[in-house]
Amino acid sequence: MSDNQISFVRTHMLPEAPPPVAATGVVKWLRENLFSSPANSLLTIVSLYVVIDIVISAAPWFLNGVWDSPSLSACRDILDGNVGGCFAVLSERWNQLLFGFKYPSELYWRPGLAFILLFVAGAPLLFFKLFPSKMLIFTGLYPFIAYWLIWGGSLLVPVFALLGVLLGAFVYKRTVSASAGMAVIAGFVAALIFWILSGFITAPMANVLAIEPVPSRDMGGFMINLMLGVVCVSLSVPFGIMLALGRQSSMPIIKWICVVFIEFIRGVPLITLLFVANVVLAYFLPPGTAFDLILRVIIMITMFASAYIAEVIRGGLAALPRGQYEAADSLGLDYAQAMQLIILPQALKISIPGIVNVAVGLFKDTTLVSVISMFDIVGMIRGPILASAEWNGVYWELFGFAALLFFVTCYGISQYSQWLERQLQTDHR
Amino acid sequence: MAAETQMKVSDQVAVEINKMNKWFGAFHVLRDIDLTVYQGERIVIAGPSGSGKSTLIRCINALEEHQKGSITVDGTVLSNDIKNIDRIRSEVGMVFQHFNLFPHLTILENCTLAPIWVRKTPQKEAEDIAMHFLEKVKIPEQADKYPGQLSGGQQQRVAIARSLCMRPRIMLFDEPTSALDPEMISEVLDTMIELAEEGMTMLCVTHEMGFARKVANRVIFMDQGQIVEQNEPEEFFNNPQSERTKLFLSQILGH
Repeated sequence: MSDNQISFVRTHMLPEAPPPVAATGVVKWLRENLFSSPANSLLTIVSLYVVIDIVISAAPWFLNGVWDSPSLSACRDILDGNVGGCFAVLSERWNQLLFGFKYPSELYWRPGLAFILLFVAGAPLLFFKLFPSKMLIFTGLYPFIAYWLIWGGSLLVPVFALLGVLLGAFVYKRTVSASAGMAVIAGFVAALIFWILSGFITAPMANVLAIEPVPSRDMGGFMINLMLGVVCVSLSVPFGIMLALGRQSSMPIIKWICVVFIEFIRGVPLITLLFVANVVLAYFLPPGTAFDLILRVIIMITMFASAYIAEVIRGGLAALPRGQYEAADSLGLDYAQAMQLIILPQALKISIPGIVNVAVGLFKDTTLVSVISMFDIVGMIRGPILASAEWNGVYWELFGFAALLFFVTCYGISQYSQWLERQLQTDHR
Repeated sequence: MAAETQMKVSDQVAVEINKMNKWFGAFHVLRDIDLTVYQGERIVIAGPSGSGKSTLIRCINALEEHQKGSITVDGTVLSNDIKNIDRIRSEVGMVFQHFNLFPHLTILENCTLAPIWVRKTPQKEAEDIAMHFLEKVKIPEQADKYPGQLSGGQQQRVAIARSLCMRPRIMLFDEPTSALDPEMISEVLDTMIELAEEGMTMLCVTHEMGFARKVANRVIFMDQGQIVEQNEPEEFFNNPQSERTKLFLSQILGH
């Protein structure tokens, strides 16, 4: 054979072969990940020392913790000079931390039941592949059931609220084929008019089908944070979508309303909006109108979050190739159909990390309401609990507990969103 | 040959374009376009890039708005009324260079979406129609996969099937093979040839001159936003009249 032969013909094709089996085992893993070089070995040993040191010094505080004691001084007596946490404050003030100090204790089951039903309502929405879609009917009814359970009063109020929503949806459906933007506005106006008119019916019939009412100022504890978080997140996503689409509208009026709203709200600190909700709004409302404080706060936080979510979704919309809009158009889908079936499912999927970012931030920001003298969990700790003679001075245990509650919730949201992203992945890279 | 092609073409006008002009900003993309397409005609539009050929067929289903002149599709004049536009779009199928399948839906859902939502076809029936056309483009076994799992040629055939599910009266092809690997071009062209043989009215922007020779009744050559020359394929390729056409043909057929 000569060296410069270039002719070659394959006589048989190679079969598919498995990749080589890499050597596995604990030792190999340790050597590769922890002790791959002298510098890395040193770092590993130092970090190990720091971790162990922290665990050893913190362990007694947890292990010696006192869970049963009527006050801080009694707790210190039990500890007798040893290091240990006074977790008794948590068991002692458990109900106050969760429900506030004014919610009637015989009615705790009502928000408790609402909390459990939240999971029933949320499951078909969050895990839509695992549950029958008929369960979404309950999800739709849940806000009204939960309102009735937590606030009590006449059943007519949530029923009329629901009817208003249905009327708005009906008006939207009937007008959407003419113009989606106008249909949204028409739906809102119809619902609003219905609610104002129905106020004249429900006000004198406050005792019809009524359970014991609990006013907003009697609510408190982590319940408020959870309520504000769930309500504001679930409202701000649809509002954010509408604002993002409105910002791209070809109708200048709608476009400019959305741009001004988003830019204004994003330029103002949330705490300022909360003060506005607490104090300033009252000046603009007709005297005597009992516009609920929690409702005002919900409106403000929702406005704030939806402005941010709108910008996140705008990013998702911008990331879609133009061809997707054109393909939807070329098939004869109208604007609402193209958005609902083609554009938003893809844009929202891209926006999940951003939306979750806003949602987690919003949920933690609900503690800001303690500044406008609402007794959420932080308000409860700083106010009634730390100010009490029994528990003055217990900081670590209380704030640590509050932090733990928020961490568990936020970490859960984060894990869920990553799971959801994997579920929605269809590109199989 | 000429008499035979002439016979297949009816007198019924599918698309009538009259003195149509379009600008992108100040740039005059299409200038005084006059074109009559008869029902059952297969027209290939060729020309150098930037000559406005894609823009022309995108004006027919109002993906681009024209500023002057008129376009009549299937007896309906294109106006700004959105309902009128949506109606025309549902009668005119379009196949894009980059397929533009919906990546979050399966192949079957891609095909049933428009019939269900625009034509209000019951789901079962829409699925039957979709399977019929997927069989026609020879990929019924991929119905439950997602577009990302298919090759380019397969995706483009799905895109053709998706358009056909709306039972369009006119099909527009915007460089359907330009984004494909050479091995996959012929499977898409075969599908288009089959469609042409069934008498579909087709307007194709393409650089596949073999396809034009085999299928077209008429080849249109565009340059600088104008129709420079149009003729039957045989005459067009063998006996081009304008200097611009001769130059173009010598460049694309040179190798």
